[in-house]
Amino acid sequence: MELSEHIRTANVEDVTLRRPFHPALRGTLCVTSHHLLFSDRKDEDSWQLLILLRNIDATEKSVENLFGYPRAVGSSGTITIKCKDLLVLQLEIPGMEECLNIASSIEALSALESVTEMYPFFYRPSHLTLHGPWGLSSTEKYYKQTERLWDRWRVSTVNSDYSVCPSYPHAVIVPREVDDEKLVQSARFRQGGRFPVLSYCHHRNGMVIMRSSQPLTGANRKRCKEDELLLQAVIDGSLLGYIIDLRSTQQAQQARMTGGGFESKSCYSHWKRIHRHHERGKVLQESLIKLVEACSDPSHSVDRWLSKLENSKWLSHVHSALSTAGLVVECVERDGHSVLVHGSEGTDSTLLVSSLAQLILDPASRTLTGFLGLLERDWIQAGHPFQQRCAHSAYSHARLKQECPSFLLLLDCVWQVWRQFPLALEFSEALLLRLAQEVYASNYGTFLCNNEQERCAAGVKENTHCLFQSLLSPDIEEQYLNPLYEPTDLAIWPSVHPQSLQLWTGLFLRWTEYAQNMEEAREEVWSIVKEHRERAGPDRTNNTPSTHCDTLTPFENLMDELTIL
Amino acid sequence: MEHIRMPKVENVWLVDRSSSRRTQVGTLYLTATHTIFVGKGSENRNELWVLHSLVCNVVKHKASQSGYPLLIHCKNFQVIQFIIPQESDCHDVYISLSRLSRPEKYEELYCFSFNPNADKAEREHSWDFLDMKAEYSRMGLPNKQWHVTPINREYRVCDTYPSDLFVPKSVTLPVIVGSSKFRSRGRFPTLSYYCKENHATICRSSQPLSGFSARCLEDEQMLQAIMKSNPGSRFMYVVDTRPKLNAMANRAAGKGYENEDNYCNIKFQFIGIENIHVMRNSLQKLIEVSALRSPTMREFLLGLENSDWLRHIKSIMEAGIFISKAVAEEGVSVLVHCSDGWDRTAQVCSVASVLLDPYYRTLKGLMVLIEKDWVSFGHKFSHRCGHLDGEDKEVSPVIDQFLECVWQFMDQFPCSFEYNEKFLISIHNHVYSCHYGNFICNSQKERKDLCIKEKTHSIWPHLWENKLDFMNPLYKPDQSQNQRLLRPSTAPFCFKYWRRLYNRFDRELHPRQSELDCLMTIKEETQQLEEELAVYEQKLAVLGKERAKTLYMQKGLLDGKQQTLWSLPLDASLVNTPQDYIDGFIGAAPNVFTLQQGERESAEISLLGDKPKCSDADNSDQESGVADFSSHSSGEESLPSEDSVKDPDSDETGPNKA
Repeated sequence: MELSEHIRTANVEDVTLRRPFHPALRGTLCVTSHHLLFSDRKDEDSWQLLILLRNIDATEKSVENLFGYPRAVGSSGTITIKCKDLLVLQLEIPGMEECLNIASSIEALSALESVTEMYPFFYRPSHLTLHGPWGLSSTEKYYKQTERLWDRWRVSTVNSDYSVCPSYPHAVIVPREVDDEKLVQSARFRQGGRFPVLSYCHHRNGMVIMRSSQPLTGANRKRCKEDELLLQAVIDGSLLGYIIDLRSTQQAQQARMTGGGFESKSCYSHWKRIHRHHERGKVLQESLIKLVEACSDPSHSVDRWLSKLENSKWLSHVHSALSTAGLVVECVERDGHSVLVHGSEGTDSTLLVSSLAQLILDPASRTLTGFLGLLERDWIQAGHPFQQRCAHSAYSHARLKQECPSFLLLLDCVWQVWRQFPLALEFSEALLLRLAQEVYASNYGTFLCNNEQERCAAGVKENTHCLFQSLLSPDIEEQYLNPLYEPTDLAIWPSVHPQSLQLWTGLFLRWTEYAQNMEEAREEVWSIVKEHRERAGPDRTNNTPSTHCDTLTPFENLMDELTIL
Repeated sequence: MEHIRMPKVENVWLVDRSSSRRTQVGTLYLTATHTIFVGKGSENRNELWVLHSLVCNVVKHKASQSGYPLLIHCKNFQVIQFIIPQESDCHDVYISLSRLSRPEKYEELYCFSFNPNADKAEREHSWDFLDMKAEYSRMGLPNKQWHVTPINREYRVCDTYPSDLFVPKSVTLPVIVGSSKFRSRGRFPTLSYYCKENHATICRSSQPLSGFSARCLEDEQMLQAIMKSNPGSRFMYVVDTRPKLNAMANRAAGKGYENEDNYCNIKFQFIGIENIHVMRNSLQKLIEVSALRSPTMREFLLGLENSDWLRHIKSIMEAGIFISKAVAEEGVSVLVHCSDGWDRTAQVCSVASVLLDPYYRTLKGLMVLIEKDWVSFGHKFSHRCGHLDGEDKEVSPVIDQFLECVWQFMDQFPCSFEYNEKFLISIHNHVYSCHYGNFICNSQKERKDLCIKEKTHSIWPHLWENKLDFMNPLYKPDQSQNQRLLRPSTAPFCFKYWRRLYNRFDRELHPRQSELDCLMTIKEETQQLEEELAVYEQKLAVLGKERAKTLYMQKGLLDGKQQTLWSLPLDASLVNTPQDYIDGFIGAAPNVFTLQQGERESAEISLLGDKPKCSDADNSDQESGVADFSSHSSGEESLPSEDSVKDPDSDETGPNKA
């Protein structure tokens, strides 16, 4: 079916648009295959609002028959549009039929299933050409940049046809001494074939963060020699590595009943396992829904707000993600040991924790390019199923399938780190907000599909534009830069005390007065910095190299005290 | 000195509650004014000074392996834990401190012994720093409608009011006297704020003694005159800031509120702000929440909710918003009162003033506002802050709530305030510290009787000297956000927990890098460069264009000083401080570490040789100013003076009492 067949009424005149903090506007509404276009009627300096239909999370329509209304057609309808970027709009449409037609077009076109029908495949701006460089980073690039790896690690293309692990990229970094055959065996022993691969190598001590999915030990405590060898090769000569299992001890035990499991002490003798419980899937999605619901009612009393905020548990999830990431960093940086992170599938909280740990540890991932590269490697190529996870956002009434705001949670955690270290990240809050929007609805192909294999099949690289490339283009880059950035080589340990964590007002209260005042403050920060740069002249704007001297933190072996199964 | 049983104790542990690694051993000294802990071992000795007047309470805990713990809670939310090896020493320190922190006479307070290197003239000058007369003339007073009445010059009509009061010109002395007899404690309606643009005013008073039916012609005339002095409107608001139930209960005691039938053209309005006892309990709960060690998110948020603190802040803010809108948008005058008119009335009038007048959003303006609405109008600082030993039931965080309201506004309007939160925190600290004379006593009269101006120093010039620390780099006086009237949102999510105040001394909870400090540095540098440029431009006039330009460029290339200014002196040790990610393992058991372990740890700390890890010492230094340490002479002159004001406080009679 052609997309246009969904459109029964393409144009309506005399529509009234209401949105927060603006007077109501009258104008013309158009529905196209991918957009909702509203333009006010004034000819000179006409104002337009263009919304990707994909961005629409839910519509609510109410149709009234207004008898006694002077006009002949005494009916009209209101459509409330709730977007995935949390904006809520109201359209008053004259004519009941038009209203219903438009609502049904929106519903059909905002929930397209086929990837190639989505807008990124049609987005052809004049300033961009297809077949340009796509993406910023990859396994190979990372390997090439990281000299520390060259000795003991190699790039394996065992998954080049995606047959070993459908959700992994074509190339992964593994210990040099483990051959591809062993990798295949290990993959069979891990859920979804996600065998342990390297995610990060610490520039200071060469210790690594690995990630995988759970081992399929099952109730019979199956073993896999190759998997054990692979992990042994990771820690090489050193005596100890940590496995951070993102499930509670109990959950891990229960997983054995369904064929999953955990690395037992007897088989992986040099690895210490630490369990930290993380919520996933539906629970997270419901948490987001509750939070957004709490934020959308300003008439609550303070008490009710606080109890709703607590009840949503969102900040608790932020708290646990950050503290587990902190734990990983402690293992790597202070304890000097390698870490393997996994939950069950290894596609959500695993990626969340490993990428947050990198942000805390690695100055390179705190630059704009570095951060986007990290997202590309550790989320997009690592096979976070974006299409499933971001099919719907907080407003949708649709039954939940695979939706889960793992990526949003990551952005929130990064925002918390930025609040605590306002000088340490090169990018700004605006970048995080932009990503939070793009991940749900985008002109670009970057977040399409669930893994590299699907993207290849759909020809994403060939037929869409790359978001990250465009974010770095010189004319728009500045708004995503932090004017106060001053690089530091040290690990930036965030405080995870509840008193230190805040609601991300920039995202969740984005469409309120509150956010508007913050926007003004941000502009003022820029103008102060710009004024300074003007005065100081070009040769003085370069930040001086970091003044921090590296300090040793007193070593304490805290890990002994942890829950170890 | 006679209260100090034990001037010095050796081998005392100062426990850092966030991390046992930072615990240190040293010597504890008790002086007439301070508790001093001197860490031993490291070269740059860590010192912790705590003013006795800031001590809220001292608690002995059960003995642990390593000794006898002593917990000191301070009014500025610092919590200090010592562990003293000998039980007898611990007891002696406990007894001494308990006595020292609860002075019985004003003369024992620190401000009477505090003597910075300033001569008499300087001290007197410090009291002239703020001029109330100038403030009223800034508002545009006196004018055709309003003048100063001499009636309270000797504090005869109302001993808790200031000597100079503005009343409508049309009001005669007998009317004032009559009205004052009809008001609790003689606090008749008088002007607090005057809006030049539309002649609307905020006036304040105490509750009328109306009982169930009493009337007072003079009081009615008084209100009529206030209403008439604003020619632009035909009515005025009378705002009773109490919950209706409390106000009604007061009627049984012969007090109460204005009957709309008796007063011409008033619109009467209740705004339910709870009384001082509710607020005290609420703060107590909030402090308990803030002091939780590694709470879960749930514990923290539920605790915050249960404390009701933010709900109270909201009610005060809403009252202020109502009044500011009445004055600025409707052009209607407002009379505000509560019971006695020195707590909630002060809060609400000053909150409304901050919203109404951009002047009060400047450093000097806030000082003036506090001096006017709080100090001069007889907010009972000594009672509310518990400066002297006595009635604990009188203590209440009334001015704290005002400061927090301002903070909440600052959070919503980051570009509208000239000062930053350090300024508010500093004021908060000194309200309790008894370091300066400003916040001693309960009224202007008492301060005069005690010769505060002759014997103590004023805080305001001290804060003014340090104003660079208190500036908000984002302040834009002419910005759209900073219209005359601020219209803050009262949506529930706008109310934040003020971590910087309530967890002030828990350094590990705060951002490791400060955006504001960085911006301030940049701004200063820009200004410096601009000045440089101006100098060169002058030269340019003399030397001709080309030459000056080269000069400037050369200077720019050579001058390395600015470059170091740009990169902040960031505390490297802090960036690299691992947090407690292991469910409170580190902080969980500060009492059980053994001596050797502690010694090893403190040795490690000293080995590091970077910034002292003892956050408390640093912080108190930074916050309360160097003056804290510059003098600690023991003033032992004891003038016989009793706290004569012992009226039973009728303020805030709850419904239960009635």
